[in-house]
Amino acid sequence: MEKFTTHTGIGVPLRQSNVDTDQIIPAVYLKRITRTGFEDALFSAWRKDPAFILNQAPFNAGSVLVAGPDFGTGSSREHAVWALKDYGFKTVLSSRFADIFRGNSGKQGLLAAELAQDDIELIWKELENAPGTEVTVDLVSKTVICGNIVAPFEIDDYTRWRLLEGLDDIGLTLQHEEDITAYEATRPAFKPTTLPARLS
Amino acid sequence: MAKTLAEKVWDAHVVRKGDGEGANAQPDLLFIDLHLVHEVTSPQAFEGLRLAGRKLRRPDLTIATEDHNTPTLDIDKPIADLTSRTQIQTLRNNCAEFGVRLHSLGDAEQGIVHVVGPQLGLTQPGMTVVCGDSHTSTHGAFGALAMGIGTSEVEHVMATQTLSLKPFKTMAINVEGTLRPGVTAKDIILAVIAKIGTGGGQGYVLEYRGSAIRALSMEARMTICNMSIEAGARAGLVAPDQTTYDYMFGRPHAPQGADWDAAVEYWDTLRTDDDATFDVKVDLDADTLEPFVTWGTNPGQGVSLSASVPSPEDFGDENAKAAAERALQYMGLAAGTPMKDIRVDTVFLGSCTNSRMEDLRAAADIIRGRQKDPNIRMLVVPGSARVRLEAEAEGLDKVFKDFGAEWRFAGCSMCLGMNPDQLEVGERCASTSNRNFEGRQGKGGRTHLVSPVVAAATAIRGTLSSPSDLDPAPESAAIRTSAA
Repeated sequence: MEKFTTHTGIGVPLRQSNVDTDQIIPAVYLKRITRTGFEDALFSAWRKDPAFILNQAPFNAGSVLVAGPDFGTGSSREHAVWALKDYGFKTVLSSRFADIFRGNSGKQGLLAAELAQDDIELIWKELENAPGTEVTVDLVSKTVICGNIVAPFEIDDYTRWRLLEGLDDIGLTLQHEEDITAYEATRPAFKPTTLPARLS
Repeated sequence: MAKTLAEKVWDAHVVRKGDGEGANAQPDLLFIDLHLVHEVTSPQAFEGLRLAGRKLRRPDLTIATEDHNTPTLDIDKPIADLTSRTQIQTLRNNCAEFGVRLHSLGDAEQGIVHVVGPQLGLTQPGMTVVCGDSHTSTHGAFGALAMGIGTSEVEHVMATQTLSLKPFKTMAINVEGTLRPGVTAKDIILAVIAKIGTGGGQGYVLEYRGSAIRALSMEARMTICNMSIEAGARAGLVAPDQTTYDYMFGRPHAPQGADWDAAVEYWDTLRTDDDATFDVKVDLDADTLEPFVTWGTNPGQGVSLSASVPSPEDFGDENAKAAAERALQYMGLAAGTPMKDIRVDTVFLGSCTNSRMEDLRAAADIIRGRQKDPNIRMLVVPGSARVRLEAEAEGLDKVFKDFGAEWRFAGCSMCLGMNPDQLEVGERCASTSNRNFEGRQGKGGRTHLVSPVVAAATAIRGTLSSPSDLDPAPESAAIRTSAA
């Protein structure tokens, strides 16, 4: 995973709550077996509408998505994160993220930064009044800067550390392989295994 | 220290305690007892293992099936859509390469992953269960800590049989009272989601409690736990009891002999201690609950079926108001319209929420001896090949076919519209599934979430209806009250 320390890019105000992962990427794109190449899939239904924010310059070149509360609800599809990244987004700001989406973002180096809704509203206004305004998201100081607005954001320390260091989760866990082996030895015999298969 | 059920299950799976406390706490590393795999969220994870030269650590705790992207017609023929066929073939290749047990299309144990696990007896109380699918919360009905994960986590579980998880908060959902006839588990969970909102459970594990929950069958409890994610909660569970044990006993992978006794002794400890505290408590009255239905484009936008479409002005919060306006426009509905005046085009009976035997029986009991509205298309998609076989043994397929419904093969089908089972633009559907998002069941499609008995009544009347709206059928069986 690439390290994330700070990012500055054009902010995109998405004034909508409950942006579910079916909107971020519809199921039809989930037939692919690759991990990349999903830029065309991002918000594909909404992008058919010429008035949609990503169809307007300079927002189409945006890399900081500023969304309403409950972003990333619904399906666990990590494709939603891949699509946001493939389009060019480096970070999403919202006052509340769905748990699974937030987890997926952390694994893929997309920063999900949680701000107070009041600060989101201020940033929306700034970005709408001055389209093309750049937003700086600084993971070191956990701060968002947009015009004159300086707002703190929340992220759990563990995810922050992994993003700052660009660490691979599986590699970290495998450092504790002895603990896993020790745990496995203590599991009760009545717990099921899938193999050998027993059928009805 | 007194603990909740979820905390007990969590603590029993800690491989390595995270360092630090409070805001600085590192996540605990938890052991995963069962990993369910399907074709859509696994190919990139298998590929990750291959690229890193890693093994799949515990094939004997892993099981795969094909469900999301499979056809429900002509399953003996090659899949017509090439991309879909490639995805299915990729799962087959991966399972062969990594030694994973797979139930393929055509196999008697194939079906929706959350129907298959419990049916085989692989889902048991006190386990940790994960799957690259958000409706993994279904398995919480057994008192298991079960949650959906993304593909990176799928790869992590494949490589390590563990997950690093942040601690959660606990929420009690107390449902007291007795459900009235025609009111079901689906109505309970839709009412809960409307009450706490799609983000209300975010960061929590829900525990469903109270006399109304205790009175429910296992399949009904699965319906409730299934939709925990629609309230934002990654997991939701019910303490195991005699109902759970009766359901488990004799299933292929249930413990046998002395193992059964040892298991029950342990399972009996899996309940929230009397003096344990929840971070939040929510109460719902089962006595007054009515059939519930959604009007909008997220599962929290629901009302009683006897109510009317709300107005955006009813919502104080600006975001909720804007969301309601947008939803009404997408759904083609005017505020103030009685829900029961809404005419639908399609009825979908299926999905991991409501596609088990009891769901099919409850719907069949309503339609038996009655006529389908001629303008309605009805799809019945059993949750698994095994459910389909059992239903056919009871003659339910004949009831549905005589009624004019389509009797399909098992899979996720129109719940997510990945296979050819989709709504057309503007088509309106009463669906027993779990998500009414824009375009979820097909581009431009409009979804109302309902229970199986409301789905059945709607197929008869053509408008959203409850079983109590129907004229008595000549020889109809009494409406079941506790099923589904």
